[in-house]
Amino acid sequence: MTDITEAIRVHAPAVSSRPSSGPWRRAWHILKRDRATLLAAAVFVLIILSTLAAPLYARYVSGTDPFRSNLSARIMVDGKRVKVMQASTEGLGLGVTPIGPTWGPQYLLGADTQGRDVAARLLYGGRNSLLIAASATVICLCLAALVGISAGFFGGWVDKILSRILDILWAFPVYLLAISLSIVLISQGIVIGPIEIGSDSLLLPIFIIGIIYVPYVARPLRGRVLSLKQSEFVLAARGLGIPAWRILLHDILPNVSTMLIVFVPLMMGLNIITESSLSFLSIGVQAPDASWGTIIQDGQTLLYTRPVVALAPGIAIVLTVLSLNVLGDSLRDALDPRTKLV
Amino acid sequence: MNAEMPVPKPLLTARNLTKNFVVGKTIRPGSGRVLHAVDAIDLDVYPTETLGLVGESGSGKSTLGRCLTRLYDITAGDLTFDGQDIAKADAAALKPVRRKMQMIFQDPSASLNPRRRIRDMLSEVLHVHRIREGAAVEERLQELMELVGLRREYLDRYPHEFSGGQRQRIGIARALAVEPKLIVADEPVSALDVSVQAQVVNLFDELRERLNLTYVFIAHDLAVVRHVSTRVAVMYLGSIAETGETDALYAKPHHPYTRALLSAIPQPHNRGKRERILLAGEIPSPLSPPPGCKFSTRCPYAKDICREQRPQLAAIETGRKVACHFPLD
Repeated sequence: MTDITEAIRVHAPAVSSRPSSGPWRRAWHILKRDRATLLAAAVFVLIILSTLAAPLYARYVSGTDPFRSNLSARIMVDGKRVKVMQASTEGLGLGVTPIGPTWGPQYLLGADTQGRDVAARLLYGGRNSLLIAASATVICLCLAALVGISAGFFGGWVDKILSRILDILWAFPVYLLAISLSIVLISQGIVIGPIEIGSDSLLLPIFIIGIIYVPYVARPLRGRVLSLKQSEFVLAARGLGIPAWRILLHDILPNVSTMLIVFVPLMMGLNIITESSLSFLSIGVQAPDASWGTIIQDGQTLLYTRPVVALAPGIAIVLTVLSLNVLGDSLRDALDPRTKLV
Repeated sequence: MNAEMPVPKPLLTARNLTKNFVVGKTIRPGSGRVLHAVDAIDLDVYPTETLGLVGESGSGKSTLGRCLTRLYDITAGDLTFDGQDIAKADAAALKPVRRKMQMIFQDPSASLNPRRRIRDMLSEVLHVHRIREGAAVEERLQELMELVGLRREYLDRYPHEFSGGQRQRIGIARALAVEPKLIVADEPVSALDVSVQAQVVNLFDELRERLNLTYVFIAHDLAVVRHVSTRVAVMYLGSIAETGETDALYAKPHHPYTRALLSAIPQPHNRGKRERILLAGEIPSPLSPPPGCKFSTRCPYAKDICREQRPQLAAIETGRKVACHFPLD
């Protein structure tokens, strides 16, 4: 080695001695120090755990079947036996009003118009809402990744055809598309050969919500792949004679994956809202099954007398979506290589 | 260096090399305009020389570099490398060529994949070209790091953990991995701090001697080009204005553009006393180059013929070619 190289080595700025960390580990280091992220993660995990515990709550705490009408049931509140559906005292005194929040084990948040335990339904409904949103997110991101990355990477005719399909989906306002798909599918169900999906199946809202946002994810993915394809490091790889599939695997996919990951919590939040909206309009989860959307709909007629029926699922939605959005934002910052380690 | 050598066979020959881009094309038929980035260029690169390619931004020097290494498809013209016609070669046919001809990019932070360790980048190259197998791979990786003056422990780091100069060294190591004969370096130091520039330029010099390399060194910094090049080609608006041995060309430019360009080099001595030629106007758009001599719109000596007829690059003395109707003395 000549003097020049020796001199260079001496003068070259020393790279810090901390062990080399990959982008994922780096992101983890940033995330676990961020309080807002930790709080959001805690809230989200808490919500998931409590909805998972729904059957336990229904059986051992509330002791009612949250999917059956309970109009004549009587429960113990403060040592007194009271009716779940109480005679109305307000207005003309006609009809019955469901019991309000008891703040006890049974009917913690009161009853709905069918005399069902709102607290138990809230947990079961949360299960459906989260399950549908999560499955739809998986479907949406898989489809979008497939379409967006192939369109961007292969270009030419593949890109033209895929982009036009996305354009067609894009041309519909999201909710219009969701509502029309739901109305058609829920009134008829789907029969594909031997597989028959009934109109009350959760697969329908999962499928519908999974489809409608595909263009919104595929488009930016395609754009990212296109810009990566033009990037100097891909050009350099091509110049080194590295085959296209290796470039896709090592240079394109790892740089797209972070973008895809950031979409997970954001799409999940969006899907929860979409699912609730559709269910609220009776074209999502079908009765007697529950979701946060259907509970809000149940609470609509009780808005003046028993606002908690609609408020409780509303608050649940806000908390979940908020925590997911915070997680999404932190994830985006943490995966951005420009973010400095503290 | 080349002056006393007999004329050798060129390693790389470009004849009438043309690269057009179509810009603003939509579905509408007839839309889109042709951008003449590289316009019918003739160029020879001889073994073990360093050909400096200078010109202002937009002169097409980077595009020319990418055409020479066939990173871009060529619109028209011939390109021969090491006796092989590569003008229309496809990816498969180019693979063996890639082993002998490499490119180094301007911005080392853009030309390294931020998500890959240096080791993975380099060993993939060795693997794809079957340059080394088994334990010899590791040996070669360390050798490469050694060559470019980096510690071997740095192999397991990601690009963002390096300084700009170190990143460019990695870019150089990657190009050297295939053991090339020719390296096209596209402004390899212009993104670096001045203090680091010198180190990297010296590294280029040192590597050429050790590995018997041939360089095409693209730059807009005339001082750097003078330092590294044995021969210089001056580009203007997609064409070559003048080529010649570095010292001769710097001492006595024959093309008015070269003279104007060289007069812009800052001088440590006789500051302000030296005549500077200030060109009026901007470099014309490559979308609509002037019909005659491309420099005619800014040339202080332009005559009618210059605006009508394009001058050909012609030898006016040994080793010197000028594309001008009225070369300066």
